[in-house]
Amino acid sequence: MRTPSAPPVSRRPRSDYIGAAGFFAVLFGLAAALYAATMQVDYVWRWNRIPQYFAYQQRTELRAEADGEIEAVAARGDRRLITVKSDAGVHLFDAPAEGVRVAPGESVYAGDLLAVEEHWRPGLLMQGLWLTIQVSLIATLFGVVIGLFAGIARVAKNPFFRWSALTYVELIRGSPLLVQIFIWYFVLGTLFNSILAKNGLNQIPPLWYGVAAMATFAGAYVAEIVRAGIQSIHRGQNEAARSLGMSYPQAMIHVILPQAIRRILPPLAGEFVSLIKDSSLLGIIAIRELTKATREIVTVSLQAFEMWFICALLYLILTFSLSLCVKYLERRMVV
Amino acid sequence: MIAVRNLFKTFWQPHRVDALVDVSLSIAAGEVVVVIGPSGSGKSTLLRCLNRLETADAGHVFIDGVDVLDPKTDINRVRAEVGMVFQSFNLFPHKKVLDNITLAQRVVRRRSKAEALRKAEALLAKVGMPEKAASYPDQLSGGQQQRVAIARALAMDPKVMLFDEPTSALDPEMIGEVLEVMKALAREGMTMVCVTHEMGFAREVADRVVFMDGGAIVETGTPEHFFVNPEHGRTKLFLSQILK
Ligand SMILES: Nc1ncnc2c1ncn2[C@@H]1O[C@H](COP(=O)(O)OP(=O)(O)OP(=O)(O)O)[C@@H](O)[C@H]1O
Ligand SMILES: [Mg+2]
Repeated sequence: MRTPSAPPVSRRPRSDYIGAAGFFAVLFGLAAALYAATMQVDYVWRWNRIPQYFAYQQRTELRAEADGEIEAVAARGDRRLITVKSDAGVHLFDAPAEGVRVAPGESVYAGDLLAVEEHWRPGLLMQGLWLTIQVSLIATLFGVVIGLFAGIARVAKNPFFRWSALTYVELIRGSPLLVQIFIWYFVLGTLFNSILAKNGLNQIPPLWYGVAAMATFAGAYVAEIVRAGIQSIHRGQNEAARSLGMSYPQAMIHVILPQAIRRILPPLAGEFVSLIKDSSLLGIIAIRELTKATREIVTVSLQAFEMWFICALLYLILTFSLSLCVKYLERRMVV
Repeated sequence: MIAVRNLFKTFWQPHRVDALVDVSLSIAAGEVVVVIGPSGSGKSTLLRCLNRLETADAGHVFIDGVDVLDPKTDINRVRAEVGMVFQSFNLFPHKKVLDNITLAQRVVRRRSKAEALRKAEALLAKVGMPEKAASYPDQLSGGQQQRVAIARALAMDPKVMLFDEPTSALDPEMIGEVLEVMKALAREGMTMVCVTHEMGFAREVADRVVFMDGGAIVETGTPEHFFVNPEHGRTKLFLSQILK
């Protein structure tokens, strides 16, 4: 007879396995279908060509400028200082140890290879990614500042602040970001830069108009998030603070905002995920962020399929890591 | 200490309510006044007009000779002298008990950290919960939260304390601990205005009871007067209901 005290086995329901299998089957099926379709049109996948757009090795060659003789190759850490003595004088060349192609005492002729230096350089894709990160970060920073002030102004008693903030928010939210970028660049940008030029000052590059468009755009949405956050804090909190003699700003800073921040953070994160994605529009004013960079690479390499997938993946990595950061922050802020 | 002269207050939203109708009242220093009355009779509104949490439409409120309703009055200075305790405690949930009590001392009274801490600890001991300094408000019972709220108000060294139904949100077994703190305060000579339906408290410590109905003061007198032979019919009716 079997012992009745067999350890309980936690069994997943069968439907779970079937569901999971189905999921992967569909996923694989879609990939296969895509591949099959590309075969139909004779597309050649060349993933091996992609890494060079992330980073590539640049080779610089050091060559003798005149006939002469190698006087010395002096060690300096892992670099070497090559001294070439010629009729024209003494020339020094700095090169990495492994790149040196000559030895002391050798005579060289003008144009002879002395050493090579190989550098890793970021490819177009990396540059674009970096610019996207930079633009998003700066726009986020300004967006938060603008949004915080506009959000507080939205709940102010004074109609000047309330109406100004409302007008700003409605104007920005009522038109497409693309149009706003055009206005910033072609209207405001032209105006500013012409005035600057008239006064003999330097032009502001398009990048900053793009950032301004993104920041003011994000600011309007952040303002609404901040307003909702402030209004979600119970009225009694403000009354308690004010009854103790705190001024409105003091109550805001010490009582209302610290509580509101926790409710603001999740929707704020969502807003910045959108901002990262929206920065792809900046390509149209000649800012070479990730999407624009990808487009340029596609034009040159003709590997459109790989590049666009990579591009989407890079955005996904950015937005996903931002979400993770915010989840971490949220968890730390819960008391 | 407190003088209320012909105070009027009407709310227009969501519909017209005359919350205060020609209310006049004088409260001397050290006096304990208990305000009673049916729901919606304007008790809270009166209390909130005293420190301008609600702005009266007409009339005057003087606290220590300062005209509270005068727009030129620095209301924050008045409020610092007038402690208020709410029915729903309204502790700051993001701050520990001790920080709840030190916050306004620091930002309003500009006391040093050490001084504010010393004061906070002394007051926590006074309301009988020195061991809760590092707790957060939501880790406390209702009675404990209300005692912290009283300590928070007292930390400003107010001249007057306003209580708006401080025990109404509490479970019956916690009402006593809060009332004890209030009684101790009354015995020390604090000027107090309490909206409460705790008749035992009124009988024990009140110098005067004020009965409000329909936004007006109907009757005022000593606790003995009220509980032995109230004059007005409405007062009798209210008391018979509440003392049942
Ligand atoms: N902010 C407000 N807006 C509109 N009406 C209000 C407001 N505050 C109070 N009222 C109204 O004013 C009247 C008096 O309210 P108040 O809160 O002073 O009564 P109360 O005597 O404190 O009643 P309770 O015992 O229920 O607390 C009520 O009819 C109430 O509905
Ligand atoms: Mg009330």
